[in-house]
Amino acid sequence: MNLSYEIEAGNFTKAGYASSEVKSVLKQLSIDSSLIKRIVIALYEAEVNVVAHSEGGRIRIEIDSEKIKMIVSDRGPGIADIEQAMQVGYSTASDEVRAMGFGAGMGLPNIKKNSDELRITSHLGEGTTVEMIDYFK
Amino acid sequence: MNEKRTLYHALRIHQDRCVGCTICMSKCPTGAIRIRNGKAAIRANWCTDCGECFISCPTKAFYVEEDDFEHIYQYAYRVALLPALFLSQFSKHHSLVEIDAALKQLGFTHIFIVETAVDAFKVEIAKQLKKCEDKPCISNYCPAATRLIQIKYPELTSHILPMISLITGAAILAQENLLQQEAKKEEIGIFYVTPCAAKIAEIKGMPSSESLVNGVINMDTLFNKVSLLLSKNKDANTENTLGQTPSISGCDMCWNLSGGEAGQFQGRTLAIDEIHNVMGFIEQMESSEELQNIDYLELRACDRGCVGGILTPANRFLAAERLTKFAQEIKPASVKYDNPNASSRKRLENSLLKTALIPLPKESYQGNFDEKLKQMEKVRKMMCYLPGIDCGACGAPECKVMAEDIVRDEAQLSNCIFLQRELEHYGKLDGEQAYHIIENVWGKDRLKKNCYKRGATLEGEQPEENSK
Repeated sequence: MNLSYEIEAGNFTKAGYASSEVKSVLKQLSIDSSLIKRIVIALYEAEVNVVAHSEGGRIRIEIDSEKIKMIVSDRGPGIADIEQAMQVGYSTASDEVRAMGFGAGMGLPNIKKNSDELRITSHLGEGTTVEMIDYFK
Repeated sequence: MNEKRTLYHALRIHQDRCVGCTICMSKCPTGAIRIRNGKAAIRANWCTDCGECFISCPTKAFYVEEDDFEHIYQYAYRVALLPALFLSQFSKHHSLVEIDAALKQLGFTHIFIVETAVDAFKVEIAKQLKKCEDKPCISNYCPAATRLIQIKYPELTSHILPMISLITGAAILAQENLLQQEAKKEEIGIFYVTPCAAKIAEIKGMPSSESLVNGVINMDTLFNKVSLLLSKNKDANTENTLGQTPSISGCDMCWNLSGGEAGQFQGRTLAIDEIHNVMGFIEQMESSEELQNIDYLELRACDRGCVGGILTPANRFLAAERLTKFAQEIKPASVKYDNPNASSRKRLENSLLKTALIPLPKESYQGNFDEKLKQMEKVRKMMCYLPGIDCGACGAPECKVMAEDIVRDEAQLSNCIFLQRELEHYGKLDGEQAYHIIENVWGKDRLKKNCYKRGATLEGEQPEENSK
């Protein structure tokens, strides 16, 4: 099954919409609640990243009997040094974004912690694609 | 699985009053109502007894089942187990002494305030909070809220405190007090005066070995009986007998109000009232990191707490004001659980814990994961055709819910009036069949003229037998 959600840049009030929709789908499929939590946290962090750093993006989700694959892609500045961005506490977020309680440098580390597979591809000045996979078993 | 276990419910529908207007169906927080044969029908295993249907019904078709008041006379000792908020239902022109006298005149021999037991509960809850590892602890006070968790948020069920209800606790104290006064167990009749349907469901759903409550009286019923006496009793001999019940501290008296419970514990405690607020909060809690470190969560299905119960006659804001005022007037010096109650309290303390509640998940789809995934895909495909306006004319609250019903073989795609037009347009359905389908959902003669319905020319008149 495929699901798709658009992410609006700069709209923090709407960040979390896709992850809560996905949560209710997974609940209806009776996925174990601790696994749902992992998936939702990873997706939420990715959503916030797009809201905070890009010019907008899209989430595409594929669910089959083994796994959930979440592809979050945005148009935006891209990530110069992915390895550095993966460091806990590293953030390029603006002061405004930090004032809202985001940008603590936990996003990507949290995504890594909560997904079984993670692939990040980024082109400077074009955008970033984050691909996360969680297996149901 | 769990679907097979039918839960006890006190909410009932007057078949002759229900016009199948769909309002309750769209209000139901768990989507438990459908229209069948022109009447609302509640799916028992999805119902939380919250009473949203009761409140929203424009024809007052819902009622709350109650025990016959006469039952109290089967017992020599007739105890009214009264939530303190009952006293706040009357205007300030009636003193507590008068209310108490009226209750005695009605036949009760003893009045016992439920909140008398709060003190013992507070100690136990504080203990539980200390040793709880899986935060937040969730209050077990409101049975509609706990049922909501069991049905809609089953993964949180283990967070609900594994304790007996406050009502059962109070019943233990009341019974023990009378036993000490040489009453025999079978002579004691304990009648709980309920502000809502959920508490009835809780009491009646208990195994009889667990329940000490012999009957339940609806608060509005008792309010009417007491009010009638109060209006007659202007100069009756009123002896102050409320002193018979153990005194309660002011803050315990407000336990039922929103915040009355959460405010009494240390740590990060939150009080959420009104069922939609409760659902919204839980949903946010599930995904927000910020809400992961709450220690205690007090949930109330009714706005403002039990003063907002569907069987409370007084305006909830005024009742809350009066109750808070009573509470302030109680002197903190009044000692709790003084003799002869010390041993009653001991018995209560030893009975506070019980086995944890079990999850009773509402499952829209059936079978294993792959089967569920297939059903979900089917629903999404059907949504391509359904109008998506959630009109309710098919007898389900939302298009998506109707699609889920279809997947479970409980409805047909042709129930949708939009799809009927489409099918007729392509010659796949004739007018006669479409008419028949409407009568199936909405009852016979539903499409015929009827001037007695709400808002029509003869509204309120008695319909003549042969006026079809």
